[in-house]
Formats: sequence, structure tokens, C-alpha cells
Amino acid sequence: MSVIQWIARFFLAKSLRFVILATAVAILSFTLVSFSPIDPIRAYVGTDMLTISSEQRELISKRWGLDQPALTRLFLWFKQIASGNLGHSMIFDEPVSKVIAKRFTTSLMLMALAWTLSGVLGFIFGSLAGIYKDSFLDRIIRWYAYTLASTPAFWIGLILLTTFSVSMDLFPICCARPPGIGPDEVTIWNHLHHLLLPAATLSVIGVANITLHTREKMIDSMQSDYALYAHAIGDNTFGIGIFHGLRNAVLPAITLQFATLGELFGGSVLAEQVFSYPGLGQATVLAGTRGDVPLLMGIVLFSCFFVYCGNTLADLIYTWIDPRMRKEVG
Amino acid sequence: MEKTLSFRKLWCFSSNKLEFWHNQRPKTLILSVLCGLLIFLLFTTALLMDDSGLSTQLTLRKLPPSLQYPFGTDWLGRDMLTRTTKGLCLSLQVGLTAASVSAIAALILGLLSAGPSRNMDRLITGLVDVCMSMPHLVLLILISFVMGGGTKGVIVAVAASHWPRLTRIIRAEVLQLKSASYVRLSAKLGKSPLWIARHHMAPHMIPQFFVGTLLLFPHAILHAAGLSFLGFGLSPHTPAIGILLSESMRHLSTGYWWLAVMPGLTLVVTVKLFDILGGGIRILLTPKSSQL
Repeated sequence: MSVIQWIARFFLAKSLRFVILATAVAILSFTLVSFSPIDPIRAYVGTDMLTISSEQRELISKRWGLDQPALTRLFLWFKQIASGNLGHSMIFDEPVSKVIAKRFTTSLMLMALAWTLSGVLGFIFGSLAGIYKDSFLDRIIRWYAYTLASTPAFWIGLILLTTFSVSMDLFPICCARPPGIGPDEVTIWNHLHHLLLPAATLSVIGVANITLHTREKMIDSMQSDYALYAHAIGDNTFGIGIFHGLRNAVLPAITLQFATLGELFGGSVLAEQVFSYPGLGQATVLAGTRGDVPLLMGIVLFSCFFVYCGNTLADLIYTWIDPRMRKEVG
Repeated sequence: MEKTLSFRKLWCFSSNKLEFWHNQRPKTLILSVLCGLLIFLLFTTALLMDDSGLSTQLTLRKLPPSLQYPFGTDWLGRDMLTRTTKGLCLSLQVGLTAASVSAIAALILGLLSAGPSRNMDRLITGLVDVCMSMPHLVLLILISFVMGGGTKGVIVAVAASHWPRLTRIIRAEVLQLKSASYVRLSAKLGKSPLWIARHHMAPHMIPQFFVGTLLLFPHAILHAAGLSFLGFGLSPHTPAIGILLSESMRHLSTGYWWLAVMPGLTLVVTVKLFDILGGGIRILLTPKSSQL
């Protein structure tokens, strides 16, 4: 089997699986929302509820198809999704797909920066802790990772905000760009300036997982026979770690980093709330608190797609980087 | 490295005092008991504390932490220590209730999934996959939105989203036990399934389940706090820890750092206590590590 054939088959199988999964997720969330005690018309109209007549209510209900049975609504919804229409967001007054696309590009920079930072730092910390197991350094790194695992992301955000934005005045307090500047005039430095603190918030938390995982893998290879042999022929501990341990630890680390995109997404929801960063996370919270069902459903499906992409990439990279697996494929 | 390790062991065994501290068991036990005591202390303090700190005293507004007010006071002159303790207690109750419900659901589903019915297994593993396919926080937001918010919404959301991982663990454990040679031998010897479940399975499953539940607590508490921070659920009149923190956001830019730092720090310490307790009990109960 040629490589191209293999890749084609891989993606076909993965896409098929995603369609099944997304259908299941859609059915589940549809069922949940249809059993909700929230009246969609009341959520839409808001405080003006008393001023509209019952005929007007019926008109809205008819226009939205609320008078039809749940199963018909589900099929109609599926038909719309299949043709690419996710609905119309009430709070942003725009098509849901447009809102998600716009918000996601804003979030993407934040998530990409945080993801890279936490991956690189976590791998370095984990490797050092694993190479020098039980040393003072290892103890500090382990303590840091375990403590950070029980720290809420939003609190870290608040601490960074008070320290660096309020006390030191180094970074802006909110938003994605300075006030009074249009989206076209923003420079990359402006962006980075606003991105850095939220990204740091996500990284400080995200480091923990990958550090502990890499440490385990590093300890495994430091206790292997080939490490013992290298020790016997006179290599020092650091050299063994770099030349024998690192390659073994990097693969699971990459896989893990791709598989934790869901946590990254969740973290970005909290971080964006703290820094009022206008990304997809903030849109999720707004959709939830203000009852924008189409947007919420769109985000549920999109986040599901995002996580699935992460897992698929992890699978693909696993086969691509590992020479043993590559031989099997090629 | 192997050699140095064994030397150290020998050396330790030669001296009684060192042996005590290199033996993990008493240390873990003492640490776990201490954590349990501190958590108990927190609950009793919150119960015994009078509400005088919650009343508005405008003359005492925005005081930084001092000896009299260790956590400072807020913009209405309320004592932050009282608010934090009460709020933390509320958040813990929400988290613990939800995690317990979730653990019981996980036990039932895990056992059903490992049971004789293949279709049941497919259904439950499918449900686990679906629940784990979206970011946890998005699922939490979806469920608490569907429940219409409120304390009930937060509890249901946390309870309904924490079972998948434990279900997977329990299912895997039961399947592994079912194919273990001693279980099969016992069946060949004519023992009834109930006898096997009671004498061969339960001793493995009970500690596993107990530890799994304990380790759910930190996650559940953090997620409950996160949801209330985002504005889902609990009303501003009941000072849950998430509400305190989201309120503090409005006052941070004017320099009242203690409103965010102190309650958050207490939350971190408490969650960490639960984490140490869970980890310690796991070490003590798991046969592989209990005698080290």
C-alpha cells in the first residue's frame, strides 16, 4: 500500500467516524435543549415580553417552527446543518457560522500561542525532572505541576491581571486591541501585547499535565537497559537524557499535547472571561447566559470538531514521526 | 542507579529512625489524616461562624488585610474572611454532592457496561465517547443552560459531566477481573457468580471506586467554582467562591487585590487538600503501593 493510499484511507475513515460522532452529539444536545424549561421566545424577546400580544407570540413560534413536533424539528435542523446553515445568532444578529469564524480566528492566536508555550515549557520541565529524578529540581517541578493541577485557570488570570496590568501597568487590562483603533490599523505588536497575559494564564496551567507525563516517560527510559549501558561506557546523566531519553519522550508528549485541545478550549473560555478577550470562549459564555440557542448549538458542534481534529492529528503524527510505525505503513 | 538505590535501602534498614521516614506508609497516613482534619475544621468553622461579618458596615469599606480582618473587607464593608469561608463551604457542598452523584452513576453504568449484554455495552461506551468528545467546559455550560441556571443547574451540570472517566475505569477493571485466571478457576470450581462477585471482585472494586470518587472531588469543586465564576447558576446573594471572584473582577482595576487573591488562595489550598487526601488514600489502599 502506498503512502498516499494509506493517507486517503485514513482520512476517509476518520471523516466517517466524525459524521457519526457529530450526529450523536447533535441528537444529544437537541434532546437536552428540547427538554429545557427555558422558553425560547421569552429568551429572545427578553424584558419586552409583557408588551407583545399572544398573536405575535404565535407568529414567532410559527416562524421558528416551534409548533411542530420535536422529531420534525430535529430533521429540519439536520437538513439545515447538512446544507451548511447553522442558524442565526440572536445576540450578534449574524449567521452563526460567521460569528464562529470571526470569534475563532481571534481565539486561535491566543490558543496557538498558549499551546506552543505550554508544550515547549512542559516538555523541558518534564525532561529535566525525569533526568534528575528525586533531586531538588525534580521536587520543585513536581510540586509546581501538582499544585497547578488544583488551581483554577481563572484565578491565575486574576493574579496575573492584578500583578502585571494593575500594579506594574505593563499590559492592558482588557480586550484584543487598544480602544479607539479599528481592526485594520492594529499592528502585530498591539496584538501580542494584548495576547500575552491570557496566553500566559493558559500556559501556566497547561504546563502541568505535559510535565508530569514527560517526566514518567523520561524516568522509564532512564531506567532502561540501554541507559544503563550508556552509563557503563561512561556517558553522564545529562548526556543519557539528551541522547537516549529525549527521543522516547517526545512522541507521547506530542500526542498528549494534541489530545488536550479540549482542555485548552475550556481554559480559553475562562481566560477570555477574565481578560474580556472577544474570542469564541466569551461568545460561548454569552450564548449560555443570554439564551442564544442557535449559537450555543453551533459552538457545541464546532468545539466537538475542534477536539476531534486534535485527536486525529495526534494519531496521524504518531504514525508519521515514529520510525517503527512509519515502516509498517510505508 | 539501581545499585545506589539498593544501597540506600540497605542503609535505611540498618537504622530504625531512618527506616520510619523512608517507609512511605506512616507518612502518607499522617498526611491524609491531617488533610481530612483540616477539611473537617473548615466545615465546622463555616457552620459555627456567625453572620455578623456579612452585614454591611460602610465605615469599614475596602480595608486591606490586617490582624482584625485577615482577608480585608469589601466595598460594602463586609468581612472577606467570613464571606470566603461561607462561600467556600457552599462551593464544596455543591462540588461534593455532584461528584458523589456522578460516582454512583459511574458505578452503575460501568457495571452495566461490563455486564453480559453486548448492546448495553455498546450504548454506554458510545455515550461515554459522545460526552468526552466535546470540551468539558462546553458540556458544563450546555447542561447548566438547559437546566435554567441556579444552584440546581450547577449541581446537575457537574454531576452529569463527571461520570465518563470513572465509568471507563470501572468497566475496564471489571472486564479485566472477569478474565483473570483465579476468577475463571473459581467459576470452574462451581462457585456461583454472586459468590465470585462478593469474594473475588468486590475486594478489588471497592477501593478502586472509593479512590476514584475521592479523586473526582477536586475536579468537581473546581468546575463548580468555574461555572459560578462564568455567571451560571448561583445568585449574587449567596456568596459562592466563584461569585466572590467574579465580583472582585470589577474592583481589581482600582487596586483592591485582596478581593481576588485571598478567596482564590483558600480555594486552591482546599482543593489541594482534597487532592493530597485522595492521592494518599490511593497509595494506602492500592495493594501494589500500600506496603512500600
